[in-house]
Amino acid sequence: MTLNASDLAISRGGVRVLEHLNLTLMPGRALVLRGPNGIGKTTLLRTLAGLQPPLAGAITGAADRIAYAGHSDGIKPTLSVTENLTFWARVFGTASIRPALDAYRLNDLADRPAGALSAGQKRRLGLSRLLVTGRPIWMLDEPTVSLDVSAVAMFADAVRAHLGQGGSALIATHIDLGLDADVLELGPFKAVPAPLDDFDGAFA
Amino acid sequence: MIALLARDMKLALRAGGGFGLGLAFFLIVTVLVPLGVGPQSALLATIAPGILWLGALLACLLSLDRLLALDWEDGSLDLLATAPLPLEAAVTMKALAHWITTGLPLVLAAPVLGVLLNLPGPGFLWLVVSLALGTPALSVIGTFGAALTVGLKRGGLLLSLLVLPLYVPTLIFGAEVARRGAIGMDIATPVLMLAGITAATIALLPFASAAVLRVNLR
Repeated sequence: MTLNASDLAISRGGVRVLEHLNLTLMPGRALVLRGPNGIGKTTLLRTLAGLQPPLAGAITGAADRIAYAGHSDGIKPTLSVTENLTFWARVFGTASIRPALDAYRLNDLADRPAGALSAGQKRRLGLSRLLVTGRPIWMLDEPTVSLDVSAVAMFADAVRAHLGQGGSALIATHIDLGLDADVLELGPFKAVPAPLDDFDGAFA
Repeated sequence: MIALLARDMKLALRAGGGFGLGLAFFLIVTVLVPLGVGPQSALLATIAPGILWLGALLACLLSLDRLLALDWEDGSLDLLATAPLPLEAAVTMKALAHWITTGLPLVLAAPVLGVLLNLPGPGFLWLVVSLALGTPALSVIGTFGAALTVGLKRGGLLLSLLVLPLYVPTLIFGAEVARRGAIGMDIATPVLMLAGITAATIALLPFASAAVLRVNLR
């Protein structure tokens, strides 16, 4: 099933950031969102993930199919790597966390408390969570922050494997992941600043 | 759902989880009251049910500001909101975990502390019954308050201000059950009222909590 957004308008903090946005994400494809800071990449991902409603437009094919990974990884520092992953696996009803540990080479760290991991290792743990969700559409917000070169390669491999299985991915990133991905430049959809509400006009 | 409950309990029991904080507070308050009031056992016996209920209520309040705020800070709340688990179920499990780690120890400790306050003999049973019936409501109402204030910096004070008025009916009827029980009066009416309040909050408030959480996550 394809993720579709048509004539979407979204807002952050009450300010309209993007409008007239159309987006299609086919199974097996990756779409990279690009645009300067503040253009609304995160807001777009959160809207598509269902965390906030769009101002206008329609989103189809998203409900219960999205695995969202934001800026924070949702890792509990006092739980071990295995416990963190097992929790999400149970929430999403996945049987095994083994493939996730293997994909991001977390096996050696499995019993470490997550609070003792480095920033890059935490990110790897956060990204490995996507593999235990079993959801077909991945939505990733700046996934490669604090990852080293080899970890970025692990991530790219994981995305490629996911796409190979008929999944799809929507990635907001500034770096080139070496994926065969479509690029959506968000700049042209920047919302025109709305004319000020003229409530106070009479007092000017 | 069980996974979330198990995780929250594990987090509470691990270092820095705050398990025992409420219990320790309850202990300190009830130990200090006789010291402050002085050696007047008749007076202590009169005020014991009220003091125990007030101590339990304030102890419940202590750990509320961390209930959802920690999950919000580390991003788990966003991830939970996009998980297959309905948010209503998630907040119910959070409230249940809070009750098991905070409310239940208070219920179990109350009779021991009742001795310190010279609680009359027949009062012990009804003190435990009233706390067991009333503390779940405190956790559920508290979760609602935590959902309202999640994301606010230093939301703890606002949380207390919002939640304490909502605790009033539970406190009135809970303390009334314990007081009437202690002096051997009929307790049927306040017990039914208390049970009704708890049942209503458990049935209705998770929906309100989930709704305000959705708004706060935007």
